[in-house]
Amino acid sequence: MADGYSETVMTHVERPRNRGVIENPDGAGIERNPVCGDLLTLTIRVADGRIAEARQEVKGCTGSVAASSILTEMVTGATLEAAAAITAQGIVDALDGLPPHRLHSAALAASALRKALAFYRAKQE
Amino acid sequence: MPSRIVYLDHASTTPVRPEVLEAMLPYFSERFGNPSSIYGLAQDARKGVDGARAAVAGILGCRPAEVMFTSGGSESDNTAIKGVAFASRQWGNHIVTSSIEHHAVLHTCQFLEKFGFDITYLPVDADGLVGPDDLAAALTARTVLVSIMYANNEIGTVQPIAELAEVVRRRGKALGRVIPFHTDAVQAPGALDLNVDRLGVDLLSLSAHKFYGPKGCGVLYVRRGTPLLPQQQGGSQERFRRAGTENTPGIVGTARALELVVAEQETESARLIGLRERLISRLSERIPRTRLNGHPTLRLPNNVNVSFEAVEGEPVLLGLDFAGVCASSGSACTSASLEPSHVLSALGLPADIAHASLRLTLGRENTEEDVQYLLATLPDIVARLRALSPLARAAQG
Repeated sequence: MADGYSETVMTHVERPRNRGVIENPDGAGIERNPVCGDLLTLTIRVADGRIAEARQEVKGCTGSVAASSILTEMVTGATLEAAAAITAQGIVDALDGLPPHRLHSAALAASALRKALAFYRAKQE
Repeated sequence: MPSRIVYLDHASTTPVRPEVLEAMLPYFSERFGNPSSIYGLAQDARKGVDGARAAVAGILGCRPAEVMFTSGGSESDNTAIKGVAFASRQWGNHIVTSSIEHHAVLHTCQFLEKFGFDITYLPVDADGLVGPDDLAAALTARTVLVSIMYANNEIGTVQPIAELAEVVRRRGKALGRVIPFHTDAVQAPGALDLNVDRLGVDLLSLSAHKFYGPKGCGVLYVRRGTPLLPQQQGGSQERFRRAGTENTPGIVGTARALELVVAEQETESARLIGLRERLISRLSERIPRTRLNGHPTLRLPNNVNVSFEAVEGEPVLLGLDFAGVCASSGSACTSASLEPSHVLSALGLPADIAHASLRLTLGRENTEEDVQYLLATLPDIVARLRALSPLARAAQG
């Protein structure tokens, strides 16, 4: 595959899932990689202890576009506990791997998710 | 595989043209002799090398003895800078270069810092030009070398080399010695004047694969009298300045390629400028918020470097690759490093714009049809990425 990207990465880049933002979200995470400038926003809606909807926007390299897209699929329908357990490595695995110098893309997505969940918890208190 | 391949990365490398390959072929198996041997077979090889050297000298306007054949642009730059620096310690330890040089120059200067040399990295303006006043102010009584590239490989900006060299010449005269001026002219052949006297340079680097010659071959012009410590020992080749049996086919191919590209320079440059200008204006029309990086007119005929606001360069390249278009980017994500290109950063571009750059470099085989194909492909790729970008939404309000 082009430039060492997996088939899975390319399907997400060709057709990114769950684009956009949720108005008045229950949780939101905005994460930026200060070095390369990649920017990712994740918004979530929570119902009955599960993530009912997740939407994403991203400006970044191919890896970040794919990581952001697949993350929304991984969290939709997941309990908050299960979502909190998602790691950067979990995102890399779901994408069938990322080239070594693009691993930061998965870290960016995982970090946006942690922020979105923290936002949700803070809102509940 | 895409149905069509459009190669728009000529600043990266070019195909060897058939006439060049034809000139090289006899030197692999028929005239394979070592040019240093005395029998007739070897003398055929010697003649090939001598003829090539004379041809290159004719184009540079110098003596054949001032032409050194190397393994390419990087070796030429390394030899020029280290060679002069280490041969000049009695006069000082200061070198002046620019902040937008190719890494073959920048990293060599950084290497010399470990050996006690002080390097001044001159800033450039927003279009990538070095200011003659900045250069004059940087020169000191301990300056032993100035190295400023002729035309930039990323943004195509062409420096006023003759004017800059004159600044250095005058300062040297006041000091009662010559401060050698080196220029990395790797992007220049086929586009710019290569006459070393009109340019006023003492050293000049070329790389054959940038002008339809073979890879692994280059030229370093060294003006007579310039102090140069050889960087490779072991034989008398290249007047003891570079030991090692000559790459005869490569040397013959380098000279042939240079002759051809210089002969066609006038017509081909005019043609490429036409394609370049159409490409720039139509891209700007069809893709909103497109920015041209580099100087609008003091620019290589084949270079287009644009940034599309709110998208990253790397996924644009990948999209183009799927459509069969070969291009490149100064974007962080195209390399192992995440930092934006040092050239675009030196222009003072915000990181987002520096990350969004796309370089398209035209060449001999490109036609108007290639430009049309790109224009039919690229706007959709940028639009698709912008539809995903939080920055694009923010910009639209």
